[in-house]
Amino acid sequence: MAEFGKKGIRIEELTKRYGQGDTAVDALKGVDMTVAPGEVVGLIGPSGSGKSTLLKCLGAVIEPTAGRMILGDKIIYDRGWKIWDLRALRRDSIGFVFQAPYLIPFLDVTDNVALLPMLAGLSNRDSRKQAVALLHALDVGHRAQAMPSQLSGGEQQRVAIARALVNRPPVILADEPTAPLDSERALAVIRILNQMARQYETAIIVVTHDEKIIPTFKRIYHIRDGRTLEEDGEGRSLE
Amino acid sequence: MISLAGRDILHAWGKFVFTGVGLGLLIGVTLSMAGIYRGMVDDAQVLLDNSGADIWVVQQDTLGPYAEPSSLYDDIYRGILGISGVARASNVTYLTMQVRLKDRDVRAMVVGVVPGGPGEPGQPGYLIAGRHITRSHYEAVADMAAGLRLGERIQIRRNTYTVVGLTRRMVSSSGDPMIFIPLKDAREAQFLKDNDTIVAQRRRTAANPAFNRPGVPDLLDAVIASQSANPFVNAILVQLEPGALPDGPADWIRRWKRLQVYTRSQMEDILVGKLIATSARQIAMFLVILSIVSAAIVAFIIYTLTLGKIREIAVLKLIGTKNRTIAGMILQQAIGLGVIGFVVGKIAATLWAPIFPKYVLLLPGDAARGFVAVVVICMLASILAIRAALKVDPAEAIGG
Ligand SMILES: Nc1ncnc2c1ncn2[C@@H]1O[C@H](COP(=O)(O)OP(=O)(O)OP(=O)(O)O)[C@@H](O)[C@H]1O
Ligand SMILES: [Mg+2]
Repeated sequence: MAEFGKKGIRIEELTKRYGQGDTAVDALKGVDMTVAPGEVVGLIGPSGSGKSTLLKCLGAVIEPTAGRMILGDKIIYDRGWKIWDLRALRRDSIGFVFQAPYLIPFLDVTDNVALLPMLAGLSNRDSRKQAVALLHALDVGHRAQAMPSQLSGGEQQRVAIARALVNRPPVILADEPTAPLDSERALAVIRILNQMARQYETAIIVVTHDEKIIPTFKRIYHIRDGRTLEEDGEGRSLE
Repeated sequence: MISLAGRDILHAWGKFVFTGVGLGLLIGVTLSMAGIYRGMVDDAQVLLDNSGADIWVVQQDTLGPYAEPSSLYDDIYRGILGISGVARASNVTYLTMQVRLKDRDVRAMVVGVVPGGPGEPGQPGYLIAGRHITRSHYEAVADMAAGLRLGERIQIRRNTYTVVGLTRRMVSSSGDPMIFIPLKDAREAQFLKDNDTIVAQRRRTAANPAFNRPGVPDLLDAVIASQSANPFVNAILVQLEPGALPDGPADWIRRWKRLQVYTRSQMEDILVGKLIATSARQIAMFLVILSIVSAAIVAFIIYTLTLGKIREIAVLKLIGTKNRTIAGMILQQAIGLGVIGFVVGKIAATLWAPIFPKYVLLLPGDAARGFVAVVVICMLASILAIRAALKVDPAEAIGG
């Protein structure tokens, strides 16, 4: 799975310009960020500040304009991709959690999660075994046979987290993962992310507007006008 | 790896089954069109089989007796009987007309045959009810498709006939049922004039000084007698002795009798290649249009289903699914739809074939070709959807 020896992610002077000429938009103007393995950091900022753009760059779905991205001990971007197969990079090294769970409606809960190891070439049986174990760890094991539409919002979100985790990626990118949840469930999701980060040495970046969860981060990046500002968070205990 | 296409079909099976049934009815129509063509070819073959002839003798330079009119003197067959290799030869007439029943009429091909047992060329080979024609007047053997019963009376021109026997699958090349009547009656039906015409003709002949000469009193009677005699038939059906090749007798008749002769294979060429050629092209046109319509439907359905899954496709791409896998998913769904459609279509075509007025022959080979065509069409039809899916940006899954 994760073929990057040391874990964690670092970005340096990352810029992103959409379009060209007069209509060009500089969405990122030099972003620096370091997330250590086992750490959950918050990324907050006003609308249009470039949060989603940053996540897309980190997620290797859009190409930055300049700067560097280092995943573990491997440079993945340095004014150009240094990795040939971005698809495999996403599959093996990056987990995604979205505001909406975006589960595949025609696969049951187990296969929604097991799909990733299957795509990576693991047998169906082993993939499902991993998926079910993870679903149990996330407290949705009893719903493993259900279809996504039969789950509550919080359950769906936990399944989505299981999917993000199942390939043990060194990095998880979460875009407003708690927006549709009430504060209890939102905190539960953050608790799970923290637990998983520690357990699997994952670096987790959570984009959020959610006042309920902001106090839980030990470290927060503010992004404003395409630049980041690092600050210590309250790191409020989740127990 | 699990089958994404299969799971999606199972999940949305209602949608698939309904579209599949719709498509299936269309495929059923397509298979039936092919069956109608095969039925026409088969009818032609059965027509030739049932005639019991190995060679057909017709008027010189005609494609008779089925594709063109032909008339021959009715005594030629005697000369043909003497040729070595010829077992039997019979005069025959064919006339397609409306045959009147008590309260309705049917279009039928009236065949005039020399009364005799089965095996005589021109005779219906086997009957499903009743007996063969034994008297030389006013008896008929009819094909089931005419909707007649034994003992029923039918009217052909001026005479009334009793149905004494029934046959099956004896139809003309246009699918009209055959009605067999004695040759003499059939010739009357074909050539005999009505009384008024006969009277008028006699008067005209009498008024012609060339025929009515004062010095030759018998001439007028002789001319009139020759005018009212009708020594013509449409064709002679010739049966060869077992093992005899058709070419020898055929050449002999051509050379010495100055008549046109067709062998079985030449007759087949005339019926299939000329008589039903236009209908066949008509059906081919239909097949082309139906294929295009089916393709359009599959393309539209698959495209719509794919557009409905853009978000899922974006997620699949984001989590690292290969384009090949996604294209495969859509392709398999299109093929799945085609397979459902084909099964429904095959069943529908089989169920409704018997209620068609003309013979519908569903050949397993055509079904196999149809299946391949459906699969190919579905694959082509999914191209549009696959292109749309491949254009989906995985960044869409992350959103704004
Ligand atoms: N595909 C694009 N083409 C051109 N400009 C874009 C594109 N995507 C984003 N932008 C611009 O880049 C800037 C940053 O957008 P981004 O979506 O990263 O903001 P955001 O922080 O996610 O905002 P929000 O909190 O509203 O989601 C905005 O000014 C936006 O208009
Ligand atoms: Mg955003």
